[in-house]
Amino acid sequence: MEEVQNGKGYIGFAFRQSVPVMLGYIFLGIAFGLLLQDAGYSFVWAFFISVIVYAGSMQFIMVSLMTGGAGLLYTAVMTFFINGRHIFYGLSFVEKYKKMGKACPYMVFSLTDETYSVLCGTKVPEGMKEDKVFFWISLFDHSYWVAGSVLGAVAGSYITIDTTGIDFSMTALFLVIVVEQWQEQRSHFAAITGAICGIIWLLLLGPDRFILPALCSCVVILLAVRGSVAGRTTKQKEEVAG
Amino acid sequence: MMLHAGHSLAIVGVTAVCTILIRAFPFLVFGGRKEVPGAVRYLGAVLPASIMAVLVVYCMRNMDFMAISHFAPSLAAGILVVGLHVWKKNILLSIGAGTVCYMMLVQMVFV
Repeated sequence: MEEVQNGKGYIGFAFRQSVPVMLGYIFLGIAFGLLLQDAGYSFVWAFFISVIVYAGSMQFIMVSLMTGGAGLLYTAVMTFFINGRHIFYGLSFVEKYKKMGKACPYMVFSLTDETYSVLCGTKVPEGMKEDKVFFWISLFDHSYWVAGSVLGAVAGSYITIDTTGIDFSMTALFLVIVVEQWQEQRSHFAAITGAICGIIWLLLLGPDRFILPALCSCVVILLAVRGSVAGRTTKQKEEVAG
Repeated sequence: MMLHAGHSLAIVGVTAVCTILIRAFPFLVFGGRKEVPGAVRYLGAVLPASIMAVLVVYCMRNMDFMAISHFAPSLAAGILVVGLHVWKKNILLSIGAGTVCYMMLVQMVFV
């Protein structure tokens, strides 16, 4: 408890929660920094972009937009297309983040795929404030991304170990969260809906365009079953159904 | 080659602003109200499970069942992750072992 009160406990706990993201973000960041360096942009750009844009796959695409001199409208459309799924993360955190006051804008800004999943999987220990834990996890994740990008841009070409396949750590992280959610929830309707919608839309539209329709159909289906048994999970659901 | 620093900067700016707008959208729409609508609270409770399942499909989206080297590594490593996690419930172990397994498979077995 003492540890919790002096704030150190928060940082330590948040750090442990963020470790799964660390590997993935640092190596993905390095890959981005390298790509940017190859395109002729220095590490200052890498730092700046990773601080203010902070969006994994979009940053990779952005490099090709920058070198190709893409139009700004085209850039905007691409961004909405690729990052559109982030709307759904906020949608499930509206209530939580609203209460966070000054930290709220940063929390909203830093809500990436990986941070979202870690926050979903974090069980805050007794005696700790969820707000603070969430804030530190978000900040750690962001700093890994920035550190990786700068490292890649500065020293990426000296890295000689073969890191092919390290990006699987993200898939593994998502799988772990799915397992944990599955074990916690009485109804598996939402998870199964997600898997089925994902697969159906993937087969229909292919790998590049399926995610937004898949997420939209999940929302529609979940709203349609609201109040029925299938719509209930374990905690705090009683009030919701009413 | 870096063409025009100014235009590159504008592209970075547009991407940053659009990304922030996307992430802020639900808060701009629902955050200002005193009471968050019941439907949004309900989605907050059930949607994460769906989203995570869709994200797993997203990660596996490039699997090709026509060629064993295009699906076996993800499938094997994925099963290892799930199995280990059900068994040991240790996040770092599950992710670490799964990733190392995947890297070995793509680098050494299914090259």
